[in-house]
Amino acid sequence: MPLRLSEIRIAGFGGQGVILSATIIGKAASIYSGGHAVMTQAFGPESRGGSSSAQVVISDAPILYPYVTRTDVLVALSQEAYTRFLPELKDGGTLIVERDLVRLHDVGRGIRVYGVPATRLAEELGRRMVMNVVIVGFFAAVTQLLEPDALRRAVEDSVPEALRELNLRAFEKGFEHGVASVPLERPEPEALPQLLGG
Amino acid sequence: MRADPRGVLTGVHFMDGDHACCEGALAAGARFAAGYPITPSTEVVERFAARIPTIGGVFIQMEDELAASIAILGAVWAGAKAFTVTSGPGFSLMMEHVGLAVMTETPCVIVNVQRGGPSTGLPTLPAQGDMMQARWGSHGDYEIIALSPNSPQECFDLTVRAFNLAEKYRTPVMFMMDEVVGHMTEKVVIPPAEEIEVYPRRYTRKSPGEYKPFEPCEDLVPEMVRAGTGYRFHITGVTHDERGYPLINPEAQDKLVRRLKEKIRRAAGELAFYEEEGTDAADVIVVSYGITSRVAQRAIDLARAKGIRVGKLRLITIWPFPDEKIRELARRTGAFVVPELNLGQIVREVERAAAGAARTYAVPHAGGTVHRPEQILSVIEEAAR
Repeated sequence: MPLRLSEIRIAGFGGQGVILSATIIGKAASIYSGGHAVMTQAFGPESRGGSSSAQVVISDAPILYPYVTRTDVLVALSQEAYTRFLPELKDGGTLIVERDLVRLHDVGRGIRVYGVPATRLAEELGRRMVMNVVIVGFFAAVTQLLEPDALRRAVEDSVPEALRELNLRAFEKGFEHGVASVPLERPEPEALPQLLGG
Repeated sequence: MRADPRGVLTGVHFMDGDHACCEGALAAGARFAAGYPITPSTEVVERFAARIPTIGGVFIQMEDELAASIAILGAVWAGAKAFTVTSGPGFSLMMEHVGLAVMTETPCVIVNVQRGGPSTGLPTLPAQGDMMQARWGSHGDYEIIALSPNSPQECFDLTVRAFNLAEKYRTPVMFMMDEVVGHMTEKVVIPPAEEIEVYPRRYTRKSPGEYKPFEPCEDLVPEMVRAGTGYRFHITGVTHDERGYPLINPEAQDKLVRRLKEKIRRAAGELAFYEEEGTDAADVIVVSYGITSRVAQRAIDLARAKGIRVGKLRLITIWPFPDEKIRELARRTGAFVVPELNLGQIVREVERAAAGAARTYAVPHAGGTVHRPEQILSVIEEAAR
């Protein structure tokens, strides 16, 4: 599967595992898909509890400019991340939100919106901390930018051995959810809370 | 000689520049690091501290950067390959010992992951504002070697090279990263140990009676001994003779300082590492280094799409400055465009070396982020007119 040049932003708060999820996607692209990836992280002076954001650019060709300029996929895991980064998401781009944590407004612009209760799904698996890998699984299914197997290998390679099984289950859970998920084509802003909130 | 496999993490990794720099140091044989952690360089020593116990070596978190930069000199004379890692504020504090390393011809590597300055500046954000400090930061007259990587892969490859050059020329080598290169994560391929060339320390074969610590070989570099192996020697920051004894007069000064400078100056040609492309029929040549070279490439592509004939010269060696290369290009191009994350440092060197044979345009940026490609493009367009 050729890698389409894609600019991805994942953002949330510190402790949600934003950076690890970006690392998994970057690894899947550059090591397990034979392509290229650059991952950068926004760095604030605070060490925890603040906002956290990572950017991944993936491509078939070497990547020069290391930052996203027109985001193709935005993964927003907090309200603040959603508000801050929605404007840089390109028209017709893909928005993935943690649907229990983000209340949608002002989407429009042909953006395809997907919601996933990743934290709840992770809690069902027994560990809230794997919500970031649930997100990666969901991302894999709805964006189809990377082969699921490349992402599975990147998950295995990025977590401690004792937690490998759990994380792979988290990936599958997110993936299944993504496969069953219906994009909301050109959603009207007022209809979204009802559709996504369930 | 080949790298010691214990320090080589052979494989394909998804790794940031700071970690890749640490792996480069380990592959090159560094078994001692002293540091005082500072953003955005901390990850280098953090990784070293975690890795070195299983390889065999020492990391010391010192009380400050003065201590860190002098500890590595001691470690080198005791036989280790050693380095320290810092960012702007710490780099300033280390300058005294840069001079001592130059004067005592102590091979070592000083990594500076540059952030915005002056002073505390922008702790977490990039700049390239220490390029002149790397050259002139310590007092007295001397030459230095400085390299600038533009990717995590180069953070590995060029750190190995930095150690090799330090040993070959017996000089401190400045490894001038920036926050973006340090914190960006990309694929890094670390080859097997037998494919990594490591320059061994230049230990003498002379007996204690005939050995003179600062007697130069043909390439003007003297041989070393290791403390505790039966040689009596004296290492001092005072102007000294070939035996290492203080000698305070104009003749000794002239002889020593000229040799210290000349051993690097005469090697400037073989030290000039760069990447050159499309300069043959270029009306404009973009000269850049570090992270800015990657942004510049996008500007070059945009300019070419508009029909402008643009060439690229990416500097990997910053010091000694590749005068000869610039001079040669100045004869066959109309203008140089020099983007950098400072308000004009290396552009002055380009202008000096071009000596009026081609026009020189700066694309200054005070730091905190990288240029927008369009900023560089507009200066390329101006220069092409």
